[in-house]
Amino acid sequence: MSAPGPELMVEMYAAMLRVRLFEERARELFQRGRIPGFLHTSVGQEAVAVGVAAALRTDDYVLSTHRGHGHLVAKGGSLRGLMAELYGKANGICHGKGGTMHIADVSVGYLGANGVLASGCVVAPGVGLSIKQRRSGQVVVTFFGDGAANRGPFHEGVNLSALWTLPVVFVCENNRWASSTAHTRSTAGGSIAARAAGYGIPGESVDGNDVVAVWDAVMRAVERARRGDGPSLIEAHTIRWVGHFEGDPQAYRGKDEVDEGRRRDPIARLERVLTEHGRLDAAHAARIRESVVAEIEDAVAHAEASPLPRGEDALNDLFAYYPWAD
Amino acid sequence: MKLDFGDALNLALREEMRRDPRVYCIGEDIVLGLPFGVTKGLIDEFGPDRVLNAPISEAAIVGSAFGAAVTGLVPVVDMHFADFVTCAMDEVANQIAKSRYMFGGQLDCPLTLRMPYGIGKSGGGHHSNSVEAWFVNLPGLKVAIPSTPADARGLLKTAIRDPDPVLVFEHRALYRVVGDVPEAEVLVPLGAADVKRPGRDVTVIATARMVHESLEAARRLAEEGVEVEVVDPRSLVPLDRETLAASVRRTHRVVVAEEGVMRGSAGAWLAWVVMEDSFDELDAPIARVAAPNVPIPFSPPLESFVMPAADDVIAAVRHVLK
Ligand SMILES: Cc1ncc(C[n+]2csc(CCOP(=O)(O)OP(=O)(O)O)c2C)c(N)n1
Repeated sequence: MSAPGPELMVEMYAAMLRVRLFEERARELFQRGRIPGFLHTSVGQEAVAVGVAAALRTDDYVLSTHRGHGHLVAKGGSLRGLMAELYGKANGICHGKGGTMHIADVSVGYLGANGVLASGCVVAPGVGLSIKQRRSGQVVVTFFGDGAANRGPFHEGVNLSALWTLPVVFVCENNRWASSTAHTRSTAGGSIAARAAGYGIPGESVDGNDVVAVWDAVMRAVERARRGDGPSLIEAHTIRWVGHFEGDPQAYRGKDEVDEGRRRDPIARLERVLTEHGRLDAAHAARIRESVVAEIEDAVAHAEASPLPRGEDALNDLFAYYPWAD
Repeated sequence: MKLDFGDALNLALREEMRRDPRVYCIGEDIVLGLPFGVTKGLIDEFGPDRVLNAPISEAAIVGSAFGAAVTGLVPVVDMHFADFVTCAMDEVANQIAKSRYMFGGQLDCPLTLRMPYGIGKSGGGHHSNSVEAWFVNLPGLKVAIPSTPADARGLLKTAIRDPDPVLVFEHRALYRVVGDVPEAEVLVPLGAADVKRPGRDVTVIATARMVHESLEAARRLAEEGVEVEVVDPRSLVPLDRETLAASVRRTHRVVVAEEGVMRGSAGAWLAWVVMEDSFDELDAPIARVAAPNVPIPFSPPLESFVMPAADDVIAAVRHVLK
């Protein structure tokens, strides 16, 4: 296992905090009716998004999910653009057409959240093929949940990527639940990582609440992909602290699981490690928090002040070129 | 009795599951009644062998329902959101739709697909679309599209008893709409349109949510002395052409209103049927109300721009009266 340098660890700490506070703020804004739609947040799961993104270059690609804000924040997406999109504003990254579940920010390689589970798993080999043929040295990560792993595209995507030795990293965020359905009651064999063996690629199960462990596993997968040795599968075990969607009464699970998640808070954990090693003190931590809060408040103020799209803007963006008035 | 649309569907499921032990429900998170409450409480009465929570595996959910249907069970599949039927499209289009025909009529396929669909509250491009036209275009499938709680219950019951595959489109915005539902067990046949409001000036043929928007339009137009007849086909396949034609003989002017997009839609088919059956009766070209040809956008002003509503029906009625 390799270790990230101290600067990177502090960066990862700040990044996890940025994801956490962004999501908490989004939840609150949703509850106050400022954000429309269904909202799925990743509170508690920050170490996965951040551990992955920290192992990537800015020009590497990410394919995301319905629970994707954290992936985009960690990848370095504009908080202003993202928040304005959550608000459905005209200057959101997708001009208000996408919203929470269908956001893309191509400028940082974020090729799209997805309202259809596991669909990214078959897009990834195409991105990998393009990387390979362009010899660009990039990699693509595709995120999916433990529930999504039971759809066919997971198997088709892993097989094709392995068969053609493509630079793809499959990252399963196993938060134990797919909406109200427990992972243990939906997945034969239990382990997602173990499926890699069937396709002849590395499969690794990591503590998804340990950002360093996630980073390390992804670094190895990314290095392998960049070397031209093909795909890997990583299963990161984590816990979502909040409902499946905002407003979910969570009748299917007990409070103890959320308590466990909070005890194993990935942010507090890294803060302890950094403090013990003298890399972070209370004043420094407070400065980080202050600057993250300022970034988020700037994004909220920007979103609040931004105009809504005009209704007829709904007709834009469908084709690059379509000259007929039919 | 008064029931909302969702509870009326729940009642239909209970009645049919009590009547026929071969009937079972399958879908994602249906034990808790997610996502719209239709299957709520079924687990308590019928147990886990007949209320099956499936993994997120749409192809296997729909494909296995087909396998079960052709060998003696009667599955009712909850598609969660109709948009996700794309993940089981081979099963619907190539296996389920064609099995009776290709195999020379050897197999019954008593399978019901419940399709929660439609625009609602910024669901965005992957959770809002009206996809009924795809299935109208697939020979071998029957397509029901109720607008009221009573019709929802009656059509779902008929669908479950039908020896062929039936898709029941349940508009998401209707689930909490309350209406009168007969105490007695009333079945609504497929292929029986219903005149939801009589009128002599213009016929509006509307489906699902657009029936309610058309009734609202009719109320407002009545204040100006324009009497709109609202006809709900209730099923698109089979289609009750005679009730539509009889209405046109009274009014001689027709608007077809739907939520789906304009191009290649179910409404386009209905307009053509009216043209073929009633051309000599028409005093004006048929007008259509439908969404523009774009996916459903997220942001509320964009979403309401593409969502057909009563105002659009009123404009179309005025147009055919010109
Ligand atoms: C193909 C498809 N089927 C069903 C759904 C509805 N749905 C949205 S999220 C979800 C649960 C997803 O669970 P998982 O993949 O584990 O991700 P998590 O929500 O836990 O992050 C379901 C069933 C969907 N969006 N797409």
